[in-house]
Amino acid sequence: MLKLEIFASALVNGLLTGAVYALIALGLTLVYGVLHIINFAHGAMLTLAMFAVFVCHAWLKIDPYIAIFFLTPLFFGLGYGVQRFIIGPASHGDDSNILLVTLGLSIIIENGLLMLFKSDTRSIDVPYGFSVIEIGALIVSVPKVIAFVVAFLVAGILGLLLLKTDTGKAIRAVAKERMGAQLSGISVDHIYGVTFGLGAACLAIAACLLMPTYLVSPRAGNAFVLVAFTIVVLGGMGSIGGALAGGLIIGVVESLSGLYFGESLGQIGIFIIFIAVLLFRPTGLFGAKA
Amino acid sequence: MKLDRRTILQGTGVAAAVLAAPTVLRAQAPAIKIGILQPVTGALAQDGEYGRLGAGIALNEINAAGGIKSMGGAKLQMVFGDARSNPEGGTAEVERMQSEGVAAIVGGFASPIVLASSQAASRYDIPYLVDVGVSDQIVNRGLKNTFRFGPGFGVVTAAALDNLVKLNDAAGKPAKTVVVVHEDGLFGSGMAKLMQNELPKRGFEVLETIGHPTPSRDMSNVALRIRALNPDLVIPSSYYGEFVLLARTMQQQKIRPKGIYAALNGAASNFRFVKEFAEAANFVMDCNHWADPRKPKTAAVRALAEKDGRFWLYNTPLNYSAVRLLADAIERAGSADRGKITEALAASTFTDHIMPYGPTKFVNGQNQGAAPVNTQVQNGDIKVIFPTEFADAKPIFPAT
Amino acid sequence: MNKLGMNTLGISRAPTDRTLPLIGIVVLALAVLPLGVTSNVVLNFLGFAMIIALAAQGWNILGGFGGQFSFGHAVFFGTGAYAMALLQVRFGLNPWLALPLAVLLGAVVGYVMGWLSFRAQLRGSYFALVTLAFAEVFRITANAWGFTGGAAGVLVPLKLDAANMQFADKRVAYWFALALVAVALVITHRLTQSRFGAQLVAIRENEDAARALGVDALATKLKAISLSGAMTAAAGCLYTQKFLYLDATIAYGPWISVEALLAPIIGGVGTVFGPLVGTFLLLGLGELTKTLFSHMFGGAWPGADLVVFGVLLIVCVAFAPRGVLGLLTSWRRSSP
Repeated sequence: MLKLEIFASALVNGLLTGAVYALIALGLTLVYGVLHIINFAHGAMLTLAMFAVFVCHAWLKIDPYIAIFFLTPLFFGLGYGVQRFIIGPASHGDDSNILLVTLGLSIIIENGLLMLFKSDTRSIDVPYGFSVIEIGALIVSVPKVIAFVVAFLVAGILGLLLLKTDTGKAIRAVAKERMGAQLSGISVDHIYGVTFGLGAACLAIAACLLMPTYLVSPRAGNAFVLVAFTIVVLGGMGSIGGALAGGLIIGVVESLSGLYFGESLGQIGIFIIFIAVLLFRPTGLFGAKA
Repeated sequence: MKLDRRTILQGTGVAAAVLAAPTVLRAQAPAIKIGILQPVTGALAQDGEYGRLGAGIALNEINAAGGIKSMGGAKLQMVFGDARSNPEGGTAEVERMQSEGVAAIVGGFASPIVLASSQAASRYDIPYLVDVGVSDQIVNRGLKNTFRFGPGFGVVTAAALDNLVKLNDAAGKPAKTVVVVHEDGLFGSGMAKLMQNELPKRGFEVLETIGHPTPSRDMSNVALRIRALNPDLVIPSSYYGEFVLLARTMQQQKIRPKGIYAALNGAASNFRFVKEFAEAANFVMDCNHWADPRKPKTAAVRALAEKDGRFWLYNTPLNYSAVRLLADAIERAGSADRGKITEALAASTFTDHIMPYGPTKFVNGQNQGAAPVNTQVQNGDIKVIFPTEFADAKPIFPAT
Repeated sequence: MNKLGMNTLGISRAPTDRTLPLIGIVVLALAVLPLGVTSNVVLNFLGFAMIIALAAQGWNILGGFGGQFSFGHAVFFGTGAYAMALLQVRFGLNPWLALPLAVLLGAVVGYVMGWLSFRAQLRGSYFALVTLAFAEVFRITANAWGFTGGAAGVLVPLKLDAANMQFADKRVAYWFALALVAVALVITHRLTQSRFGAQLVAIRENEDAARALGVDALATKLKAISLSGAMTAAAGCLYTQKFLYLDATIAYGPWISVEALLAPIIGGVGTVFGPLVGTFLLLGLGELTKTLFSHMFGGAWPGADLVVFGVLLIVCVAFAPRGVLGLLTSWRRSSP
């Protein structure tokens, strides 16, 4: 019944949306890979970044794509600070305490935003918000194409950063063998901060890419958390390439299962994949053997 | 964008003043405490906040006009409770309101909160006046203390269907095929089920019923399916965010059905949507709670609501009217006694509200006159198109 | 709780017989509380706290003693709650009969989920995430399935009668819930002294080593998750009888998974009294900030109380990294 062009549209849309999911998952997987913690504040931090984009656009009249250039360092700093001065000291390095602290942070951020911005759902109106590229019967949203390209760029840059720079090498060293890294003179606390900062920076970029087509309320980021977890698991915890591939796969699966089974039950598809991957291949489709 | 730092500050300033006012008045006369229960944190915070706004406006108005005259001008004092968007939160606030000695409670917004809270209130015989909560289980449980001012689910859907037929017939039956889009919670699913059963009986073919979760990250697939099915009509029943996403995607994907006919939609009669996305919103119809445009007071309340930098939503006039209705009952009861207020509510024939319901008449707790209206976004404004008795515009259908 | 009792609050290396009398004292103290306190706000709070405490006690068996952190205890809570409601509404069963069945069902669901996950060798974050996904699958299914009432939820008719497990007197409802919490306390205490408990802790500390010593890790963990599921399902039953309405988000939503996990962590993971102490602290702080802010601002700043609550949560962890009970023990040690 569904024509080929609809299938193609859904496929393209899934890939485009998946790239942004991947970007959100990148931060999560990086933090997991290095700190071995599950960051419950990830969704709230995304919301915070989305509000930052909103404020830039509505009050300071700055285009979201321009905002990338200063929100990214800003959120890097914020992430660094949060890990170094809040999560780290408060949790004493204990896993269960990190859960509590990040949960506490998410409550603070979400409700802090509620206090400041009230509960209204807000969106920004940019001139290119409705721009499309038409390829035959395919109508592709321009902001989503931009998001797709930027997401790949960011993943590439992040990968290079980890491979080539000293800090990147230190991050990988800490991820592999924390004690050893510490003994060889790497400040683990600093590296933890940097990693968390990178995660937050990814969220800032994701927020800038999302806002031209999405909307924000004090709980908006939560919608992306579970899907980001799924991608992290699918791609293998800690793997950047895995997150990227996982994001695209989940994007497409969500899009096609939504098309054929409806959006509500389509969501079950995601979780069943999630469970199946965990049960049968817990290191993820692309992760190395743990 | 209308919103800047100043309006936010003003907004909160006024809100603080509204809330502080009853405290100031406490010294003058033995105040009557009224519980205002709304979810202002959590998932439903947006709706709760607009409900509270309406209740606050009504209380201020009543107090400014001399309070409850049969009780020597006693003022009404708001005891506000944040239901936290869940039944436990609502129940805990009812207990607190009970301990503070409220005479009655107004609000709840969502059906799960209302179901739990009205039942908790029934243990103390506190009259509970429901503002929105459309689930018909609310008034079918035989709780003596529970009254619903607005229409329930059955009434809303019946009206939505009848008006749809009228609309289509008047235009020469251009619409034959329908796609129903609904959020998968209580009201959206219930609406979709009814539509699926009832539309074929009225000569429409339902091509597809598409459910989606709240929140949804992306509505492109729904839009794509609509594009593939190419229906004459799209009937969406969703919360604010998802409908905005859908309407925007449909505009972008150049999907133009003959009409978008929403039912109990969170966005189609929301001025924020109309202002921010004028093109996507234009000609969208909605069958929903809406204030009566004929009544002069409607404009006055709307001006007060918008003065706070907020938008005009149905929650505000509904709560405004519910509080006014309660005040009338207290006036007639001449007492803050819960039993007497309950009796007065049950016998109410109150007309001075701003909803298009006519005189209030409760049967088993349900206001018989309560009915939704049909609105349509027409070039930046929201107009009433049905019922014809007080419509302020003619429907524009088909839109393309 | 007196200062004398603190040494036996449960962190003690070898659980002594002093824990059992302490359970008695604590339960008795909680039981006489409503005789002095008549405020309905407090009674309602206590009643709800018992539900969360029971759910948390269930979590603590698996997460605290077994070291298997679950992010999805909503699966058990929701199953218990739905079973309790549906057995009454759909099958006309008396709640007193429905309760044991619902608890049993919680255990069965726990066993199946455990069988799937533990056989796949899932540990740590992997196990945590799979439980989260299970909870979501249950939630979406319950929301779509006609039998559970779908999105409209299920409403248990109000009929205040002890024979109907709906207590007209809030104190009686609280005492009933407290009784279940007391049973869970005793079971937990028995666990600490049993061979099963020792094996469970051994698995938490080092699963491979435990295995090498001949512990059947899979069987032990399955036993733990079943017991854990049963306890948390009982909490779900209490919820149904208290609020008489359920929908998928209430029953299987992430909120209860989070509460069940937070309370033991704040109170003291893997201790007999940790979940109970944590529950009172967690809910107490929430109520306190909410009441305080509502008195100060009359609700003018929605969310402000929760911001303060979040800060307090972090401060709690910062100063009591091993839970409140852990803090008390270390104080006692440093000040002889």
